Amino acid sequence: MKVAYWPGCVSRGFTPELHGSMALVAPLLDIELVELDRASCCGAGVIAEHNQELADTLNARTFALAQQVEGADMMMNICSTCQGAQSECQERLDANTEYRDHVNETLAAEGLTYDRGIANKHFLWLMVEEIGLEAIAAMVTQPLTGLRVGPFYGCYIVRPTDRLGIDRAHPRDSYLHQLIETLGGTVADYAGQYKCCGFPIITMNQEASLKQAGRHLGDALDADADCLVTPCPLCHLNLDLQQPLAEKVVGRPLGMPVLHLPQMVGLALGLEPKQLGLNKHVVKPTSVIDWSTSVVAGVPHAA
Amino acid sequence: MADYILRLRRYSPETGDAPYWEDFQVDLDGHRSVLDGILQAKDRTDASIGIRCSCRAAICGSCGVRINGKPRLACHMHLDKAVEDAPDGVISVEPMGNMPVIKDLIVDMDAVHWKKIQRVTPWLLPDGPDPEQEHIVAPESMIDVTQTMACIQCGACVSDCLSMEVDPLFIGPAALAKAYRFVGDPRDGQRYERLKDLSEDPHGIYDCTHCFNCIEACPKGVAPMSQIMRLRRIAGSDHEIDDRNNGHRHEKAFVKNIERNGLLHEADLLPDSYGGKFHPRAIPVLTSSLPVVLAALMRGKVTPKKALLHQHKASDDVKRIYKHVHDKEKRYELNLYVAGEEEDAGDEAGEAVQASAAGSQLPEERSPNT
Repeated sequence: MKVAYWPGCVSRGFTPELHGSMALVAPLLDIELVELDRASCCGAGVIAEHNQELADTLNARTFALAQQVEGADMMMNICSTCQGAQSECQERLDANTEYRDHVNETLAAEGLTYDRGIANKHFLWLMVEEIGLEAIAAMVTQPLTGLRVGPFYGCYIVRPTDRLGIDRAHPRDSYLHQLIETLGGTVADYAGQYKCCGFPIITMNQEASLKQAGRHLGDALDADADCLVTPCPLCHLNLDLQQPLAEKVVGRPLGMPVLHLPQMVGLALGLEPKQLGLNKHVVKPTSVIDWSTSVVAGVPHAA
Repeated sequence: MADYILRLRRYSPETGDAPYWEDFQVDLDGHRSVLDGILQAKDRTDASIGIRCSCRAAICGSCGVRINGKPRLACHMHLDKAVEDAPDGVISVEPMGNMPVIKDLIVDMDAVHWKKIQRVTPWLLPDGPDPEQEHIVAPESMIDVTQTMACIQCGACVSDCLSMEVDPLFIGPAALAKAYRFVGDPRDGQRYERLKDLSEDPHGIYDCTHCFNCIEACPKGVAPMSQIMRLRRIAGSDHEIDDRNNGHRHEKAFVKNIERNGLLHEADLLPDSYGGKFHPRAIPVLTSSLPVVLAALMRGKVTPKKALLHQHKASDDVKRIYKHVHDKEKRYELNLYVAGEEEDAGDEAGEAVQASAAGSQLPEERSPNT
C-alpha cells in the first residue's frame, strides 16, 4: 500500500535510528512511503498550549499536503505524540464546518485545502488494521522466541480513548501486545505500560520526570522483561537517552534496552541489529542481541 | 437475573493486616450497576464491606472506585458492561489511587482531594465594592466556565493523575480545573494573582505531564488537563508570566523553534528553555545534562554537525501562518464541549469516533456503558 508518510521531528533529530529502521522495514511489509517533506512539526501539544488555532492550522496544512499525495491510501506516522496531537486538531477541524472553513482560509494563500475526514494512522495501527497480524506472522523469518518484551504505550496513542477511536471493536490499546506475540515474542506485563514516560516535564520538574521513567523501567525489570518496545520517540528519549540519569533518581541500576517499534518488527523480519541502528541506543540492547552472532535471545538465526 | 462475581479489595488499616482480595457472588440484572452489586454483597454476605455512596445516579460523586483497573463511578457502570472488560469474567473493584485508604473501597478525600481544592482559593474574589444588586455578566462569558462547573468532585481524576503519583505535592487536575473556573470568571478581580501563584508554584500548572489520564477518568467531560492548558495559555500568552519553573520559557522556546526551523531542532530547545545557551540559569542545567549529550554523541545518535547546524528552515508558508494567526487581536479557541459537534460529524471521519451533542450546550456525559 502507498501512504503519505509523516515521520515527525524527533525521528529525524535525536532518534535517527527510528527514521532509518522505518525506511528499511516498509518495503518488507510492502508499504510505499511518500514522505511529507514540506510539512511542519505537529506542535506536540505545546503549540496548542500556546495557541490552539496555530496548531490546528499547521496540522490542517499537513493533512492537506497528505491529501495531495496521489494514490495514497492514507496518512501514516511513526510517533505517538504526532498521532495524539494531530488527532486532537483533527477532532476540532472535523467537528465544525465553520471552524474548518476559517482555517482553510489561511491555507488558501498556498493553494491548499483540508477536506474533512483524513485517515491518519500510526504505523502500529496500520500494521494491525491494514496489513493484518496473520499476514505479518507469515513474513517473520526470525521469530523473537524466548524474548520477553514489555510494551510501553505511553499516553498520546491511548488517551483519550474516544478521540483515538479505541473501543471494544478497535482495541488499539492492545495492539503492541498482539504484535509482540505475532512476532514470536512473549509479553512481559508490568505496571507502567500505559503510564507517562515523564518527558513533557523534563525541563520543568526534572526529578518528577525522571522518577516516572525510572519507576517504569524498574517495574519492567521486576517483571523480567528483556527489553521494552515503544511507538513513541519522545518516550524513547526519556526511557533510553535519559536512563543513566533516571537510574540516579530512583537509586537502582536499570540497564533496560528500549526498542523503537520498527526495530522490533525489523528484527523479526530478519534485518540485522546494526542496520536497524540498535547500536545507536544509550542502553545497548545486549539482552536482546548477541552481537557476535546476531542471535535473537539465544535462538539461532533461521536459515 | 444473572450471576456476577465481584472481586473486592479489602483493607482495614487498624487491624494491621495486609490488603487482600475477596470474591462475592451477586445475583442481579445486567443493567444494574456495580454499586448495586456491592450493596447486595454487603446486605446478604458481609455487612462490614466499606463503600461510600449516596445518590446512585452519577451526580453526587461519592462512589468513585477503580473497576477492572479503571476509574469509575460504581453507580454509573453496568454489571454486564463491567464483565466485558474483566479479563477472567470476574469484576475487580478497588479503591481509587493517590489517596490513603480508610477502609476497603473508601479513600480519604479530605487528606488529598479537598486539601488541594482549598489550595486554589475556590471562591470568587471580586474587585471593588459589591454591586447593589447582582453582578451583571454576559451569558457567553459564563459559558466558557461551564465545563469546569460540571465537576462533581468525585476524585476520579486525582486517583489516576500520573504526576501526582511521583509528586504528591502536585496541585492536581481537579483543583486546577476549579482554579480555571475562577480565572475564567469575568467577575473575579484576582485573576493575575491566581495565575502568578499557580505558575510559580513548582507543583502548579507546569507540573502537569500531559498524560490525558484525567480527561479519560472524568465521568462528566470536564477535561481537567485542557483547563490546565488554558491556565498556561492565559498565564503565558496574556500575562507574560515568566515562572521559575521554566514553563512559559519552554513553551516560548518551542513555539519559536518551529517558527524558525519548521521542524523541531532539539539541540536549541534545551538551552532556550532556560533563557539561551549563555544565560546563567542555563549553565547548571546544561552541565548536568552533559553526560547525556556525550552518550548521544558517542552512540552516533547526534552528530556535532547536526547539533550545531540547522538543517531545516521553515518554509515561507509556515512563517506566514504564524504571522497570520499571531496578528489577530483575539485568539480563536474552539471548545467542542461548548460548541458541540455537527450531527453528521464523523460520517466520513474514518476511525475518528465522535460523540454527538449536536449544537446543544448540555454537558456531554462520557458513559462507560457504550
